[in-house]
Amino acid sequence: MSDRLSVLKTYKLYVGGKFPRSESGRVYEVTDAKGNWLANAPLASRKDARDAVVAARKAFGGWSGATAYNRGQILYRIAEMLEGQRDQFVAEVADAEGLSKAKAAAQVDAAIDRWVWYAGWSDKIAQIAGGANPVAGPYFNLSSPEPTGVVAVLAPQESSFLGLVSVIAPVIVSGNTVVVVASRNAPLPALSLAEVLATSDLPGGVVNLLSGRTAEIAAPLAAHQDVNALDLAGADADLAKELETAAADNLKRVVRPGAADWSADPGTERLLAFLETKTVWHPMGV
Amino acid sequence: MTFDYAPAPESRAVVDIAPSYGLFVDGEFAPASDGKVFKTVSPSSEEVLSEVAQASGDDVDRAVKAARKAFEKWSALPGAERAKYLFRIARIIQERSRELAVLESLDNGKPIRESRDADLPLVAAHFFYYAGWADKLDHAGYGPNPRPLGVAGQVIPWNFPLLMLAWKIAPALATGNTVVLKPAETTPLSALFFADICRQAGLPKGVVNILTGDGSTGAALVAHPDVNKVAFTGSTEVGKAIARTVAGTDKKVTLELGGKAANIVFDDAPIDQAVEGIVNGIFFNQGHVCCAGSRLLVQESVQDELLDALKRRMQTLRVGDPLDKNTDIGAINSAEQLARITALADAGEAEGAERWAPACELPTAGYWFAPTLFTGVTQAHRIAREEIFGPVLSVLTFRTPEEAVAKANNTPYGLSAGIWTEKGSRILWMANKLRAGVIWSNTFNKFDPASPFGGYKESGYGREGGRHGLEAYLNV
Repeated sequence: MSDRLSVLKTYKLYVGGKFPRSESGRVYEVTDAKGNWLANAPLASRKDARDAVVAARKAFGGWSGATAYNRGQILYRIAEMLEGQRDQFVAEVADAEGLSKAKAAAQVDAAIDRWVWYAGWSDKIAQIAGGANPVAGPYFNLSSPEPTGVVAVLAPQESSFLGLVSVIAPVIVSGNTVVVVASRNAPLPALSLAEVLATSDLPGGVVNLLSGRTAEIAAPLAAHQDVNALDLAGADADLAKELETAAADNLKRVVRPGAADWSADPGTERLLAFLETKTVWHPMGV
Repeated sequence: MTFDYAPAPESRAVVDIAPSYGLFVDGEFAPASDGKVFKTVSPSSEEVLSEVAQASGDDVDRAVKAARKAFEKWSALPGAERAKYLFRIARIIQERSRELAVLESLDNGKPIRESRDADLPLVAAHFFYYAGWADKLDHAGYGPNPRPLGVAGQVIPWNFPLLMLAWKIAPALATGNTVVLKPAETTPLSALFFADICRQAGLPKGVVNILTGDGSTGAALVAHPDVNKVAFTGSTEVGKAIARTVAGTDKKVTLELGGKAANIVFDDAPIDQAVEGIVNGIFFNQGHVCCAGSRLLVQESVQDELLDALKRRMQTLRVGDPLDKNTDIGAINSAEQLARITALADAGEAEGAERWAPACELPTAGYWFAPTLFTGVTQAHRIAREEIFGPVLSVLTFRTPEEAVAKANNTPYGLSAGIWTEKGSRILWMANKLRAGVIWSNTFNKFDPASPFGGYKESGYGREGGRHGLEAYLNV
């Protein structure tokens, strides 16, 4: 009688700030690195993907219109909340990636620090990427970066948490909203991250998380006319080519997959990839 | 008593056009490998100006090889030395600007007033601007020692042949890339004259290669496996085809595509200035401008007053000989483009919009279209949705700033927009809300090499001009 039977968690999608099951009613078995059953994750459908885009579009106006200071505060709040649930994420990452506790802890710590790093970028990126243009005439001329809109992100397949955070944070810190497809085989840290996001003052719909077959969910996202950009981090070469071709249909901005060392300094590449430059002219005179 | 304008033609004797031109590859002019040629005509008279080579796939390959070979030395050159070549080119362009302006007006059909006073000064300014970057790339904000990409394949349109060449070639060379450039089929001559400027400047062979040809030449260039960077300015349709071609490769791409800009006039706008801005916005360069203000959104309360003033102003526009210094609107660039403009304008009428054009006599030879205004246009009309790329303005109305924003943004394009109001806070609010890459407030169609240019959404990606324009040619 000594062993207590633990309460299992039902993992759900995260769309529009809510936690729905897949509309398709499907789930798939998620196992740890040794093949032991961990949970049944929702197997998101094309309809779930479209719903997520609608939620992301709805959230774009408010999130992109929020002050940079406010967005930075919220990203930092995410780090705070994660720190409090560090042990849970260490256990999930260890299971998901077959890592020792120490190595999993290093991944989680780096992911938390990454939220902090990007939080600080919110009110600096416009100063780095924008500026006054000294045109040859009596004009005020200023360029500023703006978020490109709704971004669909295929999270890295191998790095279930640090990689995931490394592709979400740079997209949303500048005001984009995002639909994320979690790692196919290791989606649980992503689905748990949703619970953190939901309690971090992040408006619903800014981040939407789907789990399931990457190719199945990615195809409608790459073809979606209301998606503005695509991060192919989690796609293999064949899938990446297919999705990039589909993305050409409405000229989505595409970040191609690359050999990524997610523990390395991320630089500003992913931050700048999802920004537009807007240049405003006005005559000067008295 | 009224004084009429006497003809004030610019002399075409300042430019010598050869009867035929080859391809410029590895510093030499040579015919196409299969000997194919095509003619380029003056759109204002349909006179054949010259015969130019139609580059084949083999020629594309030869040009890319020449550029690859030249890349090694060119990219290894100290930035300060590359800068000096670009400064030389800028100076020679200034020296030969009269010749180039006449050539551009002959081959393109644009008024000499614009080629002389807008295109050529900007062309020289672009080379000056990027020359100065060549030895300062470490300070451009892309990290220390940013590297060039390699061979740039560049395809440019017919609306600003030499200016688009400058936008493409100046940043490519400044950053240490070498170039294979394909000018548009209907306007190849100024690029071939530019090859001669490269010769005069002593530019090393193979650094700039010019391939004339049609869309098939451009497609072969974009698809060439040894091209590292693709830069294209042109239609959204072709831009999408290019995006598909480069999918799955590691080619870096920038696209400057179409637009359907809203020029938004509020009731407190200075009406006379706004009218000038509207005219400049849509009739500059015969409306062959991707950022043309082709949708006029006017606040309902000033609609009548504004339209009266606009029509009065349009009646003073002079359409005709591009080489006449008094000409405001020149020839449509080609018979195909004229057919497209005509078809879309007819669709406007068929869909119920009201068509108006000032009385003006059009020349009998050449391709011409009178400046045209459509009122009673709705957002569903083709003339409000599709890029016409001609001197055709569609007028829509709005009541509130929110409605103006919604209508302005109701397009798959996002290249430019105009705002006319005396209220500063409203300008800043509108500029913030509009999804477009360039916002002109109380002005329109202003360009400068120091100012980034490029679009949101289906107007393409990447920016040309300014510090931002360097990114497209650097390994960042």
